[in-house]
Amino acid sequence: MNQLLDLYWTFAKIGCVTFGGGYAMLPILERELVDKRQWTTMDELRDYFSIGQCTPGIIALNVSTFIGEKRNGVKGALAATTGFLLGPIIIILIIAAFLTNFAQLEVIQHAFAGIRVCVCVLIVQAVLRLWKKSVVDPFTLALYLCVFALNAFSDLLPVKIPAAVLVLLSGAAGILMSQFKNRRNLKTEGGKKA
Amino acid sequence: MTTILQLMLEFFKTGLFSVGGGLATLPFLYEMSDRWGWFSHADIADMIAVSESTPGAIGINMSTYAGFKTGGVLGGLLATLALATPCIIVILIIARFLHKFRDNPLVEGAFYGLRPASIAMITAAGINVAKVALVNLEAYAATGALGDLFTWKAIILGVLIFIGQKKLKWSPVIFIAISAVVGIIFTF
Repeated sequence: MNQLLDLYWTFAKIGCVTFGGGYAMLPILERELVDKRQWTTMDELRDYFSIGQCTPGIIALNVSTFIGEKRNGVKGALAATTGFLLGPIIIILIIAAFLTNFAQLEVIQHAFAGIRVCVCVLIVQAVLRLWKKSVVDPFTLALYLCVFALNAFSDLLPVKIPAAVLVLLSGAAGILMSQFKNRRNLKTEGGKKA
Repeated sequence: MTTILQLMLEFFKTGLFSVGGGLATLPFLYEMSDRWGWFSHADIADMIAVSESTPGAIGINMSTYAGFKTGGVLGGLLATLALATPCIIVILIIARFLHKFRDNPLVEGAFYGLRPASIAMITAAGINVAKVALVNLEAYAATGALGDLFTWKAIILGVLIFIGQKKLKWSPVIFIAISAVVGIIFTF
């Protein structure tokens, strides 16, 4: 029971500070779940994000469900996910009830212009940390550049390729390439024996 | 009561079919607005701004907001839960599968490709934020001077945060709070 409460509160806390959603939350999740609590590893966290890209639903919720399930099964998943929802629900209810022009307030706009700068830096740091383990050879570098170009300059393309399609194609490319490499390794080993 | 059920059904559908999270819910929200009129197109635009400035993803925020507008606090809660339900079910199924097949060479191969793709998309997301936060295209277009292209205040803040994070190792939350205060004081 305590473990479930712990999950609930941890994710309630995270839900209150993840501005921008999506990948912008990665540094905060890393700090809270990998460094502080050791509930998951950075590798796993990133895998959850990749899966979240090509499954239905909000990525933040997907990640909460994954980690909750890993800790305490279905109950844990429910505790983590509902915990995550707590903060945003309360905040939006308050805004909906009292402040109709919240986003137009000048003070809020200045504050969020500042926050966006910080989010930028956090993302840069996340990329730098992940780089070493993800981009390990020419194939992964090429894949990185392709996906980046297709995703970042999608406005220039005649058809926008959905992120889910990019993720599925990259997974397929990874499977093909690793199979190909295995086969080549087997062949060279066989050659040595003969 | 039927409205709340209808609302839950619509947000359940959104949760089930919006792949890729975040802004992927937008087309469903516009559809809902046209069909049911629970909120206007302007409400959706406002909610994008609110979602950027509050914690939580836009899909979650919009479901709470629309639910509240049509059915009060209970409506807000039920609509949000309806949105989350399909996500939870799908991920529970995948999580089982993932534990089992973690060491499968095919799954390993898939992640060999997924990892660089995932950080490529993180990079692209970062550039999208940077375009708004660090660069002022309008000023550049008006004067043509390269010095006007960059928002220098923001870049200085960014560099300071970068160094500060490396040296101090504080929680990102603290830097987010500091940036908000700096943004207000120096009118970013």
